[in-house]
Amino acid sequence: MTTIKRKACIAGAWEHPLRKAPDKTTAQLHYECARGALADAGLEFKDVDGYFCAGDAPGFGMLSMVDYLGLSVRHVDSTETGGSSYLIHVSHAAQAIAAGHCNVALITLAGRPRSEAASGVASAAKPNVPEVPFEAPYAPVTLNAYALAAMRHMHEFGTTAEQLAWIKVAASHHAQHNPRAMLREVVTVEDVLASPLVSDPLHKLDCCVVSDGGGALVVVRPEIARSLKRPLVSVLGAGEAVKGQGGGRVDLTYSGTAWSAPKAFEEAGVSPQDIRYASIYDSFTITVLMQLEDLGFCAKGEGGRFVADGNLIAGVGRLPVNTDGGGLCNNHPSNRGGITKVIEAVRQLRGEAHPKVQVPGCELALVNGTGGMLGTRHGSATLILGRE
Amino acid sequence: MTMIPERTMPAPIVDSVNAPFWQAASESVLMIKRCKACGEAHWYPRPFCPHCGSDDTDWVPASGSGTIYSFTVTRKAGPVPYVLAYVTLDEGVTMLTNLVGAEMEALHIGQRVQVSYAQAEGGGAVPVFTPTVST
Repeated sequence: MTTIKRKACIAGAWEHPLRKAPDKTTAQLHYECARGALADAGLEFKDVDGYFCAGDAPGFGMLSMVDYLGLSVRHVDSTETGGSSYLIHVSHAAQAIAAGHCNVALITLAGRPRSEAASGVASAAKPNVPEVPFEAPYAPVTLNAYALAAMRHMHEFGTTAEQLAWIKVAASHHAQHNPRAMLREVVTVEDVLASPLVSDPLHKLDCCVVSDGGGALVVVRPEIARSLKRPLVSVLGAGEAVKGQGGGRVDLTYSGTAWSAPKAFEEAGVSPQDIRYASIYDSFTITVLMQLEDLGFCAKGEGGRFVADGNLIAGVGRLPVNTDGGGLCNNHPSNRGGITKVIEAVRQLRGEAHPKVQVPGCELALVNGTGGMLGTRHGSATLILGRE
Repeated sequence: MTMIPERTMPAPIVDSVNAPFWQAASESVLMIKRCKACGEAHWYPRPFCPHCGSDDTDWVPASGSGTIYSFTVTRKAGPVPYVLAYVTLDEGVTMLTNLVGAEMEALHIGQRVQVSYAQAEGGGAVPVFTPTVST
């Protein structure tokens, strides 16, 4: 079987510093992220021959953005799986590079939900969507579709609100060191439980922030990466999956990560015990807990015990997670947390995370993302990255 | 104890495929789809079977009885709190729905529920579920 292991490197990674951008357009934010990531890699726009974007790209998406950015590309991919899209883009970029279809792939994400007051609770009742007539009357929104999964997890496994709260506590411990994080105040389990219930069993502090901003990645052929001045971060393995309602056989106890993760571990030839740092998409606290189980960091149903008592805090617990503060505290540009997850993993592997949260000698990192709605239909993507 | 507030349902989105479902709902009948090729029921209704791919499917009436698989009282996404839920029908399929006519604090997973029909804008009817025992 062909593999993408060590066939591509992430040479550029850049996170937009703004958390509110009322005076910039979405397309402009995409440009600024692209410019930042290319500069980080030591490359220029003219070097780009592959481009990747998802549903946050304005206008005609791929066509608008390639034209707007002035790119000359021979490979494009606008795979759209919500917030997990950008992890899949890294995987697909590595595949395209391995197949000789491009050498320098640019991936961008940007959006302004904070300025546009689009918090992700609006119902998406668009015409011609097959499930909408049977679901829209009941008002599923992002928030309550995740809450359904949390409620079932508590019922099946005895997971508690206190355990979920520990995930927010860990994020806040990391965010205190990130001057750009929206929420920098360290919170306690009691603080999370004292925040208002928004959709049982999720409290306000179980939810991610709403922010403007974005990020970009540059994925290149290893020979090109070696000619650049940045530390070498290789793509070692990847997996992707889509999980829905199974034609009415709904099972909310696991996410699509149960399918995407084994493929990534197999391709990389490593196991969960080898991972030193993990970026785990944290749209809500329950999202992290279910992914940790499905990734194999603990047994199914043990996620509550795994995340408790600071186990996700760098320097304290067994598995440092989201050391930038994640979506729960740092940012969540365009209501999509995938690209910032990859960016923080690259920082960790380069040794460029904040000194207070840097994992010493971090050589193997995992990035996992879900996108869409955990309780109805969602994409999942797993990436395993290594420092060479 | 707080009763789930009443909420106006939006008018059903009727199209050429789902029209029989909404017609039946207006007559207080909950219809599901069953495949004549593989025998499996599916939800949400499609013009083919998502389990085997056959387009030989029938509308069949469901008993309207089921069990709460999961639910959440959504407090901050609309003008009034409402209860989003998955109900597993006795026919085996699990559907997204709302729970109504009950006290919010008394709801629990595993509770038996029965279909009823909420009036929607424009005169249509939308299936919703109510616990059969208020324990």
